[in-house]
Amino acid sequence: MFLDLFYGLRDEGVPVALQEWMTFIEALREGLHGSSLLRFYHLARACLVKSETYYDSFDRVFARVFHGVEGQFDVTDEVLEWLRNAKDFPNLTPEQLAQLERLSADELMQRFLETLAKQTERHDGGDRWVGTGGRSPYGHGGQHPTGIRVGGSGGGRSAMKVAGERRFRDYRTDVALDARQMRVALRRLRQLTRTGLASELDLDETIDETCRNAGEIELVFRPPRRNDVRLLLLMDVGGTMDPYFEPMSQLLTALHEERGLRDFEPYYFHNCIYDHVYRRAHLTRADAVPTGDLLRRFDERWKLAIVGDAAMHPSELLEPHGGINPHNTSPTPGVAWLHRLAGHFDRAVWINPDDQPLWDQTYTARTIRRLFPMFHLSVDGLGAAVQALVGARV
Amino acid sequence: MKKDTNGFHRFRGTAGYIASGPLVDAVNCAVALERPLLIKGEPGTGKTLLATHVADGLGMPMLSWHIKSTSKAADGLYVYDTVQRLNDSRFGGGDVADIRHYIKLGPLGLAFAAPERHVLLIDEIDKADLEFPNDLLRELDEMRFTVVETAEEVIARQRPVVMITSNNEKELPDAFLRRCIFHFTEFPDAALMRKIVAVHHPNLDAALLDQVLIKFYWLREQSELRKKPSTSELIDWISALLRAGITRDKLESHIPFIGALLKKEQDADALQRYDTKGGSYPTRWSDLGPRYNQ
Repeated sequence: MFLDLFYGLRDEGVPVALQEWMTFIEALREGLHGSSLLRFYHLARACLVKSETYYDSFDRVFARVFHGVEGQFDVTDEVLEWLRNAKDFPNLTPEQLAQLERLSADELMQRFLETLAKQTERHDGGDRWVGTGGRSPYGHGGQHPTGIRVGGSGGGRSAMKVAGERRFRDYRTDVALDARQMRVALRRLRQLTRTGLASELDLDETIDETCRNAGEIELVFRPPRRNDVRLLLLMDVGGTMDPYFEPMSQLLTALHEERGLRDFEPYYFHNCIYDHVYRRAHLTRADAVPTGDLLRRFDERWKLAIVGDAAMHPSELLEPHGGINPHNTSPTPGVAWLHRLAGHFDRAVWINPDDQPLWDQTYTARTIRRLFPMFHLSVDGLGAAVQALVGARV
Repeated sequence: MKKDTNGFHRFRGTAGYIASGPLVDAVNCAVALERPLLIKGEPGTGKTLLATHVADGLGMPMLSWHIKSTSKAADGLYVYDTVQRLNDSRFGGGDVADIRHYIKLGPLGLAFAAPERHVLLIDEIDKADLEFPNDLLRELDEMRFTVVETAEEVIARQRPVVMITSNNEKELPDAFLRRCIFHFTEFPDAALMRKIVAVHHPNLDAALLDQVLIKFYWLREQSELRKKPSTSELIDWISALLRAGITRDKLESHIPFIGALLKKEQDADALQRYDTKGGSYPTRWSDLGPRYNQ
């Protein structure tokens, strides 16, 4: 049962590693859970989950794993017995630990799981943990036939009820995205370098030079460390992008507020990029800027992020004069421009507000994915996109 | 710390701080396992205050280390005041020959060197550079460090209770997170909020407070808001309402002094538009979601 919790969390994508699990075991050996399932729940969450974005996943797994055991589950005895039986695992000698560390992460996990699997089988007997079926999933504690209210510190709420409420759903990062979360994701968009005017006193160098100078003070200056990221943003507006107005405007706000960026310039287009992009989202002719100018003005030190759903008629992408606006067609097909952009910039990403399963359904999105690494406009996706722009090459 | 239950430090909350069940369990877990406790949550949920009350509750002295964007991990251990030494050597004064006079222990160093067990608060760790938490890993793990200049080793006599707060402005590195016990402080619910308000405005009319809280939580539920109002804004808003002598009836139909609650222009504009369109405001708890009607 305890292993189900561990596996379940990993299946849900909660990053629980051996270290957290050991901490949890240690906490159980200390008897910190007392005799209440609620405190057991708190303890497991505090030890195993390291971000509120996973609280919801934790709640779901906990409710699933411990569903139906509430009435018959005496935490203290069960935990103690389990600990007694799982002999070899928590009491590894330093040598064994060193041996384990030399194994690769996969092997380590495999070994760890095998050990534990054997031990739960041995003393569990198989039928003790079976939940009495037929009840509604994540039984809301109140209606639970055998559910006991766990009193004391929790203010009379049962662990199952707490887990079943799923109050942390709003914190999941794979769905929700607000301006604050966006700012957090974008904060990693940085590369610190020392370039420019030497205006900061370099204390260590000053001391070294002063010593070398027999005590006469010799001041040494250096350029301050600052973010060297310059970002060019091309944003698809109108048509199929209209439903995404809210997250898009939040992304723009977040980028404008991101003071760390050395330079940031947004331009707009509709559906696909042709001869011109536009300074403002209204896409009027007065705001048009030749796309070729972008390539001249922004050198390869700039990072390129294109935001769009990459969904259009194939001819808009592939045919000459494919642009949807008849007054503004260009002999060069959109895909050629995209190709140039992808080749010109050292790092470029495509951020797509559509849900990932949709990407494979449109021909144009599939094609564009071959030109640009594509990421979903969610906290996780944005984080990955930022990583692709400034992180180590993979 | 000894594992016997007699000497077991157990935190239960104090008279001035109402700690929730999960929080008490997380604190005790961190104290018993001697791991740092990481507390995350929205601004205004009382994270920093918690540390002082944990120190009170456990009867330990407290050291605070407030992190700024320029803080470096090494500053928490010790600072070698080279400029002072240089100054002393040129203009006399101080014992320049002994380098130890110029080694000043930082909060972490002081907590290690102290004879009794301390509570060490590392406040707003997310303010610092991304690498900051990683730089502290070894010191927090082994509870010892070496002063390079004197080759002296500072070893913790008692492992301090380390409490770390984060406003969630930056992600923290995984390696750091793995070593921490984690607790997320939720935004106070209506019942807790009443208690908090009572501390600041003890004689508030209950019916008025009801209206205030209904409007406040309704605003927080609006997903379009760029910045949700938090506890301190609520307190300010109530002060403004009281000064202006706003009655419960006036509050039912609209939200006065919106500037005290919404700090972003777009948010205030959006509410203004909602108002001119004739949008209605809730007046009963039942108008809000099921979360408020249990």
